[in-house]
Amino acid sequence: MATEPATDFSFERPATYEEEARREGAHGVSPWRLALRRLKRNRVALAFGFLFIVVVGLCLAAPLWANGPAHTDPFKNHLTETIVLDGKKTNVVSLEGTPIGPTWKGRFFLGADTNGRDTAVRLLYGGRNSLLIGCAAALITACLSVLLGTLAGFVRGFTDTVISRTLDVIWAFPVILLGVALGTALSLQGLELGPVKVGADSKLIPILIISVVYVPYMARPIRGQVLALREKEFVEAARAQGANPLRIMVSEILPNLSSTAIVFVPLLVANAILLEAALGFLGVGVKPPEPSWGTMIGDGVKHILSGPHLAIVPGLMLVTTVLALNVFGDGVRDAFDPRATVRVEH
Amino acid sequence: MGRFVVRRVVQMLIVMFAVSVLTFLIFNVLPGGDPALRMAGRNPDPSQLKRIRADWGFNDPVYVQYFKTMGQVFSGDLISYSTQQNVWQELKGRIPRTFALAIGATIMWMVFATALGLYTAIKAGKFADRFLTIIALIGISMPVFWIGALMNYYLGFKLGWFPNGGYVPFFDDPWQWFYHLVMPWTALSLLFIGVYSRILRSNVLDTINEDYVRTARAKGLTERRVLINHVLRNSLIPVVTLWGLDFGAVVGGGAILTETVFELQGVGQYAAESIGQLDVPPVLFVTIFGAFFIVLLNTVVDVLYAALDPRVRLS
Repeated sequence: MATEPATDFSFERPATYEEEARREGAHGVSPWRLALRRLKRNRVALAFGFLFIVVVGLCLAAPLWANGPAHTDPFKNHLTETIVLDGKKTNVVSLEGTPIGPTWKGRFFLGADTNGRDTAVRLLYGGRNSLLIGCAAALITACLSVLLGTLAGFVRGFTDTVISRTLDVIWAFPVILLGVALGTALSLQGLELGPVKVGADSKLIPILIISVVYVPYMARPIRGQVLALREKEFVEAARAQGANPLRIMVSEILPNLSSTAIVFVPLLVANAILLEAALGFLGVGVKPPEPSWGTMIGDGVKHILSGPHLAIVPGLMLVTTVLALNVFGDGVRDAFDPRATVRVEH
Repeated sequence: MGRFVVRRVVQMLIVMFAVSVLTFLIFNVLPGGDPALRMAGRNPDPSQLKRIRADWGFNDPVYVQYFKTMGQVFSGDLISYSTQQNVWQELKGRIPRTFALAIGATIMWMVFATALGLYTAIKAGKFADRFLTIIALIGISMPVFWIGALMNYYLGFKLGWFPNGGYVPFFDDPWQWFYHLVMPWTALSLLFIGVYSRILRSNVLDTINEDYVRTARAKGLTERRVLINHVLRNSLIPVVTLWGLDFGAVVGGGAILTETVFELQGVGQYAAESIGQLDVPPVLFVTIFGAFFIVLLNTVVDVLYAALDPRVRLS
């Protein structure tokens, strides 16, 4: 505190900062360590963070399950095959087109879909796609936001006007509407930016769409923070030492943005996974036959009358993952920056 | 106040122009390949492609393309090349349905979120608070089309408690209208109840320590009056702003998923069907007007806010 308290009734010497820190066991501990320590104390958040890691691990192990107990791959259809259940031969997909439900055994552990494909195997491979898209999109959003927010806030002037106004226009669109508009425009022929060509079926398309859509949600708070940081004494000190703007941005401003970035990332991943699911549901996300949780829910909802498990299974997996990220993300926010107002919608 | 309104309206028009430019860029300029093929949808034929090139000006410079595109959008002449239907004619009858969904859902989530937010704030730290907070988080983590489909299947199809999708116009039969919309409203509200109750909870916890609340208690008001007249009223101010914006977001976008699941045949479902067919003109139309509506609503909320709070219009 810079100002003295107006009235001080204590007759003893007031405790110095160091003493106070030592009493709290914080002597010589960096803010990072403190934040990690706070996070460690939040058992619920850690448990949900662990749950997310378990989900990621399961999805990464997809080939082990597919080649092992399930004996199939995510694309192979077993439409005309039969399996032995309780000593009886059962069609994988009955003559009326109803797929079998969960067998709780290696083959068709979670049942089959209407094409006779193994739901459990598709769930794991679909999870790989959903998680890949969610994480990649969140990382791209974070990088773009830090870059644009820092540029706008630090350089100010014309650069700031251009960046901020562009972000305002993107912000004016509801997330889902913009995602769908971009998805529809890019789904027929893909993207062609000069020498860069991305096929319409590429997973890069949903990744790029989702990352662009969420940039304003993160870049605007970052810009505000940079505007405040650039007036701080340590930036002035660096400037007085003769550091050029680039150096100030990289070594003075950027490290101070890290806690905001860390707070945003888990919540961005959660929302990116949800947006991917919505795009997949509407048919402009991951393209069939490639599975993702969104496309699987979409298929399941379409065929819900022939087997509710088709919609329930991928949905539960998705909700578990997103919930884990949301609870963990809340914990991270409380630990790193409790006053941060993070609002990302989906 | 008058000057503030004028300034805000001019800003609104500029943003709307920018929105139309961005939409134009997304659909006509950004992607690769032949734009006429993209407009034509999945099964183009050569004579149609020729007509599309003329109508949209794909052989002209970009600014001519922009004006031709906007000309089609705002004159109501835009047609879908997959169905050969006029987009505006298809859409206009569906608008009340989308508004019925959005208005009902906003009222529902506001009522439930207020109750939940206030209750969890009073019980902060206790078991009820933690339990309900987890429930709210689950609500935030669920895709609306998933929970909607499950509700439709179990409550509508299996148990028969609610109609299995569909829409009845209000003036045909108000009760059936309500009855058909209860499930869609609930499904759409769940997410927002989660979001709003959490915001409200922290607002209430902030307000409850204010001096005027202590004064109210000291005056001898009952706890109930203190909570409702002093705490809740002041905690709701930021939420109401958000409410306006999210209403716009639901009309302009969120309805796409909910309407599809419940077969409401509103604007959103029309958009979803066009998206499934990769039928670009209707999607373009809905995108522009969805975003316009939100920009308009933003302005209205800002003006109302300024009318209530003079500090806003003076800054």
